Amino acid sequence: MSRPSDAFESGFEDPRPVENPRLGPLEWARWAWRQLTSMRTALLLLLALAIAAVPGSLIPQESADPNGVISWKASNAAFVSIADVLQLFDVYTSAWFSAIYLLLFVSLVGCVVPRLFHHLKALRAAPPRTPARLGRLPAYRTAESEGDAEHALATGERLLRRRRYRLQRYGSSVSAERGYLRETGNLVFHTGLVGVLISVFVGGGFTYTGQRIVATGQTFVNEQQAYDTISTGRFFGDSSLQPYAITLNSLAVKYETRNLAALGEPIDYTADVTTQQPGQKPQKRVIKVNEPLSIGGTDVYLLGNGYAAKLTVRDAKGKVIFGGTVPFRPQDNDLTSLGVVKVGSASPKQLGLVGFLYPTAVRQTTGALASNFPDLLNPIVTFSVYTGSLGSGPQNVYTLDTTGMTQVAGPPTKTKGIQLSPADPVAILPDGLGTVRLDGITRFAALDIHHDPSQGWVGGFVVITVAGLITSLLIPRRRMWLKVTDEDGVLRLEYAALARGDDPALERAVADFAEEHRQALEADRGPVERVPAGV
Amino acid sequence: MTTPLDQLSVLLLLSAMGLYAVAFVAFALDLARRSSEAQAMADEAASRSAGATASAAVSEVRGGVATLVAAPPSVDGPPRSNRRTAARVALAVLTVGWVLHLGADVLRGIAAARVPWANMYEFSMTGTLIIVGIYLLALTRVDLRFLGAVITGLVLVLLGIATVGFRVAVSPLPPALQSYWLVIHVFVAILGTAFFTLSGAVSAVQLVQARRERVLAAGRTADRVKLLATVPTSTRLENIAYRVAIVGFILWTFTLIAGAIWANHAWGRYWGWDTKEVWTFIIWVIYAGYLHARATRGWRGNGSGWLNLIGYGAVLFNFGVVNVFFHGLHAYSGLSS
Ligand code: HEM
Repeated sequence: MSRPSDAFESGFEDPRPVENPRLGPLEWARWAWRQLTSMRTALLLLLALAIAAVPGSLIPQESADPNGVISWKASNAAFVSIADVLQLFDVYTSAWFSAIYLLLFVSLVGCVVPRLFHHLKALRAAPPRTPARLGRLPAYRTAESEGDAEHALATGERLLRRRRYRLQRYGSSVSAERGYLRETGNLVFHTGLVGVLISVFVGGGFTYTGQRIVATGQTFVNEQQAYDTISTGRFFGDSSLQPYAITLNSLAVKYETRNLAALGEPIDYTADVTTQQPGQKPQKRVIKVNEPLSIGGTDVYLLGNGYAAKLTVRDAKGKVIFGGTVPFRPQDNDLTSLGVVKVGSASPKQLGLVGFLYPTAVRQTTGALASNFPDLLNPIVTFSVYTGSLGSGPQNVYTLDTTGMTQVAGPPTKTKGIQLSPADPVAILPDGLGTVRLDGITRFAALDIHHDPSQGWVGGFVVITVAGLITSLLIPRRRMWLKVTDEDGVLRLEYAALARGDDPALERAVADFAEEHRQALEADRGPVERVPAGV
Repeated sequence: MTTPLDQLSVLLLLSAMGLYAVAFVAFALDLARRSSEAQAMADEAASRSAGATASAAVSEVRGGVATLVAAPPSVDGPPRSNRRTAARVALAVLTVGWVLHLGADVLRGIAAARVPWANMYEFSMTGTLIIVGIYLLALTRVDLRFLGAVITGLVLVLLGIATVGFRVAVSPLPPALQSYWLVIHVFVAILGTAFFTLSGAVSAVQLVQARRERVLAAGRTADRVKLLATVPTSTRLENIAYRVAIVGFILWTFTLIAGAIWANHAWGRYWGWDTKEVWTFIIWVIYAGYLHARATRGWRGNGSGWLNLIGYGAVLFNFGVVNVFFHGLHAYSGLSS
């Protein structure tokens, strides 16, 4: 249906041109407010929001893909300063993106509040007067009957009331209206959107998100310094972290081995963990990719995995100068992984090892090693060796800053690099630096730990919003009239309806009503003579 | 790995595409025949539809809802002449093609031992199946045969791209996709996409029809696009497109929400502006704009028609370009990069 002239916009959009060109500040403010809360502005702001969201999908975003940002900056050096000024790496928190949606929501509130009052009034008002010429309405039927006009009207009222219409008698006609729920739904929908936005914002202040790599056998304790990285909301405080501990007992990974098209693709990750909370017995729990573990107000997700090598480094005298489990970061689907060992207590120079772990090593025709299957079928660990200063300050466990170091083994130097495997676990470091021993290879799990107390609120508002949306889109709002004219003992019955908003069933509603009315009258009196439906 | 079941699925799909091609030709013939029919009734039809347009325009100004009355009844009601053999053939062939298509889809699901919408090839296959299915279903209630050529043409193109560009052998689901949310989220997305497709097709016809109406109203009687004389008025088309889009929008809203819930299960946050999330959001906002446009002065008619098509353009872009070329967490295409 096209929209009737009394659709809501007409109350809020003033089509008259501004008559007085010299406006005072108050008039200007009123004019600006009216513009901002008009349907046209709402539409333009929605389209602006859609367009403004696009760049964030073209350029990597700091929040979702920090590494992407780094490589984008490296390959588009000329544009970095412009992109920084335009906040293109943080589109969704940028000033301009925020401006658009804040304006949109201001417009929304400015639009909803007057409509709310309008609607409350409409809910109490009687249905409008019967138009003089019903025949001009979009859905119209006539019929003739004999008998009492009052009886015909009363019967019509009974039928309409049963169809949940609100009624008002005007002389020899009945005016009826239904579907107020449509506008109610619309208001609930728009208000619900505001609720979603506010709960996302306020809730965001209480969240924290942290990452931690845990190798098999290791234990994670929920304390701020135990996280590899943690980002916290505005209202995060010392008491935000509830105490608990998670020990990774094993991480089982299954790979496809039969389907050649998908050989080596992971099929399943299962982390078996033991959790411990104050005052409770240890519990055995499982974390899987789509099944996070809920504990201590947080959800713990299994988001990544890889291999970790247990290594011991001794100096020339046989004293242990490093012992520990070193995570190797996966580089490809067959889990060729990169790892770094930093031996700060080596003397006189500090010692650094950089190398690869190949779970299923094969020698390529070039002579280089590669992995061709992600499981541990033929593991080999190789290292290049550096001596010098590891540098001070916070250390990234995955990279070795070689600026203060000299490479002493591994290509391109002439000394061969270190190669270790379970069958051949010990290698001698060059220049009498000592030995390295591979004590074993295990898996690590990359855990993401999230705390978001706003989820319930957001979810609740989303449910309300969707309910409002469906109500407002699917419930028809219509007015219906029945008019009875007594023409010398013959009753002329007129039925007409008007849609408010979209109403595909308008004509059918009039036809059904007319038919039911005829049958009801017929049951009470004699048969009713029908006139073909007039248009 | 190509299993015999999968091979049979491909065979059925190719046969279905053959039948769709036949249906396309028959629908096109039907349209051509309509146009010559219209020519036979030349002046009468032209003047009647011009009159209808004029009166629709008048009632529009009054703000009335007179369009249903003003539309020539012959095109809205059941078809006047049953001699439209081409259309009947087209429908029969389309129906048989759809059954084969359904078979292809089900076999693919059995071959993979899971729902057949876990990568772009399967998404396209199931999506087009649902487009044709909804179209056939709608035909039992409204005479939308004038859309047949557009729908079958579009489905053929989509299936062509899918079989040539997206086809991948059956493979197991990576752990991130092993979730009943795959079943819900993706299926609702497919349904929403199908409704958006139908709505977009109607809007496209609406825009062409509106152009023709403008030409006629301007008094140029030489009606060159005669075949549109038997198609409903642009106002009526706009209403149909709107109703179909409403269903699409509700489904898309569920897609968005189900996606957020799934993301919360799989990645630990319900919203992170991943590229796919961004585009799902963009589509949602454009269609919200479209729903607004119908209630905004100056945007009814052509404005809303164009917005609907822009929304659909974003749907196609999201599926065809974002999946394949954009980087993000949603590694969904099944194509290796
Ligand atoms: C966050 C931004 C907004 C979104 C996402 C949004 C979305 C929607 C949607 C989906 C509808 C159709 C469903 C329904 O009728 O309830 C709608 C209708 C409507 N919206 Fe909004 N809206 C927004 C802002 C606004 C603003 C700022 C205004 C006022 C200027 C407004 C006024 C209306 C009106 C009057 C309708 C009813 C249209 C009709 O009856 O066809 N909306 N909106």
